[in-house]
Amino acid sequence: MKWLLFFVLSSHALARPLVVGSKKFTESVILGEVLRLALKDDGKDVTHSQEIGGTRILWNALESGDIDLYPEYTGTIEEELLQRKTTSFAELRTLLRQQGIGVSRPLGFNNTYALGMKTGLAEKMGIAKISDLQRFPRIKLGLSGEFLQRKDGWPGLKRAYRLPHDGVKGLDHDVAYRAMEQGDIEVVDLYSTDSEISYYGLKILVDDLGYFPRYEAVILYRLQAESEVASVMERLGGKISNDRMIELNKRAKSDKVPANRVAADFLLQDLALSVEVKQRTRSERILHTTVEHLRLVLISMFFAILIAIPLGVIVAKRRHLGRGILAAVSAIQTVPALALLVLLIKPLGYLGLSGIGDTPALIALFFYSLLPIVRNTLSGIQQIPENLQETAEVLNLSARTKLWKIELPLALPSILAGIKIALVLNVGFATLGALVGAGGFGQPILTGIRLDDYGLILEGALPATILALVCQGCFDWLEKRLVSPGLKL
Amino acid sequence: MIAIQNLCKSLGGKAVLRGFALDVQDGETVALLGLSGSGKTTILKCLCGLLLPEQGTITFDGVPLTAESRSQLRQRMGYVTQDGGLFPHLTLKQNLSIVGQETGMPEADIEARTRELALLVKLPLEILDRYPAQVSGGQRQRVGLMRALFLNPSYLLLDEPLGALDPITRRELQGELKELIKRLGKTVILVTHDLLEARRLSTRIILLEHGAISQQGSMEDLLHHPANDFVRRFVQAQDHT
Repeated sequence: MKWLLFFVLSSHALARPLVVGSKKFTESVILGEVLRLALKDDGKDVTHSQEIGGTRILWNALESGDIDLYPEYTGTIEEELLQRKTTSFAELRTLLRQQGIGVSRPLGFNNTYALGMKTGLAEKMGIAKISDLQRFPRIKLGLSGEFLQRKDGWPGLKRAYRLPHDGVKGLDHDVAYRAMEQGDIEVVDLYSTDSEISYYGLKILVDDLGYFPRYEAVILYRLQAESEVASVMERLGGKISNDRMIELNKRAKSDKVPANRVAADFLLQDLALSVEVKQRTRSERILHTTVEHLRLVLISMFFAILIAIPLGVIVAKRRHLGRGILAAVSAIQTVPALALLVLLIKPLGYLGLSGIGDTPALIALFFYSLLPIVRNTLSGIQQIPENLQETAEVLNLSARTKLWKIELPLALPSILAGIKIALVLNVGFATLGALVGAGGFGQPILTGIRLDDYGLILEGALPATILALVCQGCFDWLEKRLVSPGLKL
Repeated sequence: MIAIQNLCKSLGGKAVLRGFALDVQDGETVALLGLSGSGKTTILKCLCGLLLPEQGTITFDGVPLTAESRSQLRQRMGYVTQDGGLFPHLTLKQNLSIVGQETGMPEADIEARTRELALLVKLPLEILDRYPAQVSGGQRQRVGLMRALFLNPSYLLLDEPLGALDPITRRELQGELKELIKRLGKTVILVTHDLLEARRLSTRIILLEHGAISQQGSMEDLLHHPANDFVRRFVQAQDHT
């Protein structure tokens, strides 16, 4: 554990470039790329942690310094982050500065929340305004998780319009459009700059009570980084109109143009900045994600094996202490991966560690790999026949000899089976690392879901499956080498 | 000399030994005979310190066996279980050398002692590189015996050492074991449920019933002067003479 922290600390302490963050939707990713390329053109060393999560995760990451800037919306800042209304942009700026955060001039478009339906259905049912929904208490709503939770989202909307709908399904924004296409849901929340509005032929319901606040796009940045980002902030101010943003979104989502290309074209056409972007070929991308993925798996497994086998031995030898250890290790396993990743952000921040990227992913993978190894080490030792245990004792073998020459070798097939299970699970779990910006095979899967691109989803899913099989094969080979031939007769 | 006094031991809430007492003289071979559950294996486990009695004492040449002294005393004991107790993941040779290595014996001495013992128990040297599962039951028992004798102990504790063998091998090994015990002059306690084996190998037979001695003496005593009905029935049931 000490080594794990050491590794994590030392990798964190290295001089860090500026880090741009983005949320898990296309517009945010495009804006993130615009920022990255513009800063790079400005001579800065900069990286982009794509699709890290939702508002909370990005805000926390900005506060703790894991990222230096990210695109945000004024409505979200008021409702979710400051939790108060402001009367002017100047007031908003002052309040943010008090928290150590700077805000750029508005970029020029207003991406407000809206509710939408398929145009044909809306006309058939005679729905044009949000208040019309009152008359259809059984209409099927499918709203994004964040919208369902946010104060300025569903709870407030339901109250303001006195909507009778209960048991609303929460689902991913990108999945919602597809569910709507299938007819599983009839009303979705959407962003007014979504390219899907025209792509899926949706009708935006009029916000007749003027419930939704304005969501002017801005850039939030750490004041410590102000001198580095100021000139780019200034240049981007007021440069992206609503129509332009819808167009950029459409190019990325519907035309499947990579976000960095969309961003580069925008900078060239609208700001006369010529930046070079590299398009990786498919095999380059797979190689890159394989390396990222393997890194997550191998490092976390290394430490898990190092810690879990001794834990298993302790559980086998010390009944009381063992019960506690086993309970703790099992309890960790029941925490959903996504929850664990998000839960890790704050405590890691207190330790001065990054709450996004490799660190939380490695820690989560490490914890998830413990149980199978601890369990199998325990059962491997417990399964040693009593007469052999007794013989070892009467032969006066020392505790050390007994452990290293008798118990562990006899338990080895079981221990290796445990490691194998942990490894295969780890390869699968590691895809979730992409949720906190750790890369790996989860990245193409996540992007693929966002862009509705099955090819991209398979680009992550297939190599993950193959890697799991390869790991299993390597282990079968290793098992043949390590386990005494005497145990295989 | 081994002196056992008033030995009481319960297992799983059931009294297995009730005031068992026995003196074994140096060089004597005593057979503990009885039905399963009569407590004979429990006595042997108490003797090698695997079980600690609730009451009573065991002394080896006057030294009492306790949780503290058992490791010291075990250096003078050799212990063989029914299936030889060989570690399946180690070769026969490794099963032997682990005992020597643990006491810091030089490799050359371990090698020499292995050859010497192999000769004694009539085991071909070339099979020592095999694993226990690759040799016959009889050969495994021979290796088990070699390991018990490795540090030249004063006492041999044998728990049904031939119990898992086929009748022919068993008969053969009984003869060899008898000769070996005689030659080495060790003090032996042998647990068996086979009257004939007890008769062939031991100088004294202790017949146990419910954790206490039912009768002790020679085969002839048991045969011609049974102390009670249990002895009579036990002898009759196994009488092959």
